[in-house]
Amino acid sequence: MTGGSTTGDDGAKAPSSGPREPRAAWPLWEVFVRSSRGLSHVHAGSLHAPDAEMAVRNARDLYTRRNEGVSLWVVPATAIITSDPDAKDQFFESPQGKDYRHATYYTKSEGVKHL
Amino acid sequence: MSEANASATRITPGNALRPEDIALLETKPGDAVAQYALWLGDDALILAQRLGWWISRAPELEEDVALANIALDQIGHARSFLTYAGRAWDRTEDDLAYFRREPEFRSVHLVEQPNGDFARTIARQFVVALYQWELYSRLVDSSDPTLAAIAAKAVKEVDYHRDHSIQWILRLGQGTEESRHRMIAGLKLTWPYVEELFTDHPLVDELGDVGVRPSTLRAPFDAAVQVVLAEADLEVPQVPGSVGGGRLGRHSEHLGYILAELQVLAREYPGASW
Amino acid sequence: MTTTAIDPRSREDHDAAGERRFDELIAQDSRIEPRDWMPADYRKSLTRQISQHAHSEIIGMQPEANWITRAPSLKRKAVLMAKVQDEAGHGLYLYSAAETLGTPRDQMTEDLIAGKARYSSIFNYPVLTWADIGAIGWLVDGAAICNQVPLCRASYGPYGRAMVRICKEESFHQRQGFEILLELANGTEAQKQMAQDAVNRWYAPSLMMFGPPDEDSPNSQKSMEWNIKRFSNDELRSRFVGMMVEQIKVLGLDLPDKDVRFDEETGRWQHGPLDWNEFKEVLAGRGPCNAQRMERRREAHEDGAWVREAAAAYAEKQVLKTAQAA
Repeated sequence: MTGGSTTGDDGAKAPSSGPREPRAAWPLWEVFVRSSRGLSHVHAGSLHAPDAEMAVRNARDLYTRRNEGVSLWVVPATAIITSDPDAKDQFFESPQGKDYRHATYYTKSEGVKHL
Repeated sequence: MSEANASATRITPGNALRPEDIALLETKPGDAVAQYALWLGDDALILAQRLGWWISRAPELEEDVALANIALDQIGHARSFLTYAGRAWDRTEDDLAYFRREPEFRSVHLVEQPNGDFARTIARQFVVALYQWELYSRLVDSSDPTLAAIAAKAVKEVDYHRDHSIQWILRLGQGTEESRHRMIAGLKLTWPYVEELFTDHPLVDELGDVGVRPSTLRAPFDAAVQVVLAEADLEVPQVPGSVGGGRLGRHSEHLGYILAELQVLAREYPGASW
Repeated sequence: MTTTAIDPRSREDHDAAGERRFDELIAQDSRIEPRDWMPADYRKSLTRQISQHAHSEIIGMQPEANWITRAPSLKRKAVLMAKVQDEAGHGLYLYSAAETLGTPRDQMTEDLIAGKARYSSIFNYPVLTWADIGAIGWLVDGAAICNQVPLCRASYGPYGRAMVRICKEESFHQRQGFEILLELANGTEAQKQMAQDAVNRWYAPSLMMFGPPDEDSPNSQKSMEWNIKRFSNDELRSRFVGMMVEQIKVLGLDLPDKDVRFDEETGRWQHGPLDWNEFKEVLAGRGPCNAQRMERRREAHEDGAWVREAAAAYAEKQVLKTAQAA
């Protein structure tokens, strides 16, 4: 599996040049917003913050300026594990062609009520 | 139903109260209430004016957004209080903000203080936010329904300002040697202006249960300060308090410059609409 | 699950397959996501475009922020603060999108303040009067929106998503600009003159925001093949002129361009000649405010270094404390 952000890059990083200030660079956080009660948290974007407490506050300031949310999650970008991008064909092949998992596969029952 | 009750039902603390709504009120505050609204409105206005400077200059872009949010909240409070005050004299929020002279302003010296570096701004924010929180959380019980409604919205917003400044006090106080020195210096520069916030004035006696007696806020303010500074391993600066005088129209030397900038355009075109 | 080690395919095969997949996705007008294989040029070109776009938002805060303290009414002050704040937010959305291509934000910031990165040259013009705030909202944000709406469909997913959010939020920016101008145009004679003067100064620079004429825009072709750009510079510019022609009538002001006309043959709005030499000069750093904008950005970044370091140091200490307690 590949670590890193959902919106992040997984390897082919452009070479970064020039001086870096590792202590001053704040880590990247992914932000998830619940827009109203009853809905899931949805990925809204990312931001930089020195720690989790500031990240959730920055997320509030940045991603809910227009009443967009009732709840927030922030996750360190490095904590997100994603499926392997190189293997996505194999990884997601199995459900292909298994139409019988969908209601629309069963045409004969059309018109029958409450089914 | 009395007029006061009518406005109480129209403006309920749970709804977001906008200055535009207050301008439509039928009730007019008495002179003392309007004077009191000026106190609170001018504090918020001058603070917003100071904070507005930071937008595009903050230590990190995320902080530009955070400080702008605080400034926007304060300008909102200022507009509500000034609109309400203006009802007493048939003047608009803009008449009051742009066409009063310096001695007619009622802001405290604290909000007039320069931004300085980020630590000094945070020190000022810390004091203002803690003070405003203590104040507004009591003003929600004001016998004046409009002041109570403005306070009900403001107290929630100021609660966040309090949190924002506390987070930074902790980080700057315990971050690096440099940030610690700057935080200590910022608190020291700010502390002379704390005392004025809690000074009672004859106006407060006139107000009765409409307003909040400033001196009663001192103890809870000090207690809250103690908790935060102790956690940040900082101390309350031991500096003499300044006499203040903002509520009487005797301001710091900074206010003249602030108003010069705030008012320049409006005064260049008196009577113009924008 | 690390498949790389046991993957029978050689790196070369993989790149070939990746390229095939990339070309297919572009041909289907589908989206490329950060983890997909992409040509180095695509990555480079996007990184440049998105980071320039982000820098423009951030530098673009300054000319308007200069008027926050002087805004002539409290309502306008609040609106302007919210707008400038939005620009910081938009810069952040865009930096995030650019970061997904592999360049960290602090690197992009370093490039900006070192003068290695570009931003929209429009922000190097001075904002001289309050009417300029209106003209910027109406013309500059208007042109930006014209450019940005098609970018919502850009082939690179994170860029498109950032643009969707930005366009949604920006709709108020142009309206508030128009409203400022309308208020001035209906005000005193002096106010009306102020509005006309601002439109006169911002009109041509806003048309130049769409970039050089198509025949002088070598990067555009590739960008359109990659479905990043959907319309040519001249196409968008003409569309924008058409909108302005109608809107200025409502304002009761004049466009400072006597050559504006609708060309039946091409189906496009034509405008008078633009001074592309000036455009190049400003882009090359010789605009009235280039040095000032860069200095302010550098100053904010450098003055903020101790704060960023303090917060990072505090976070480190907290982690250590938690570890020791455990």
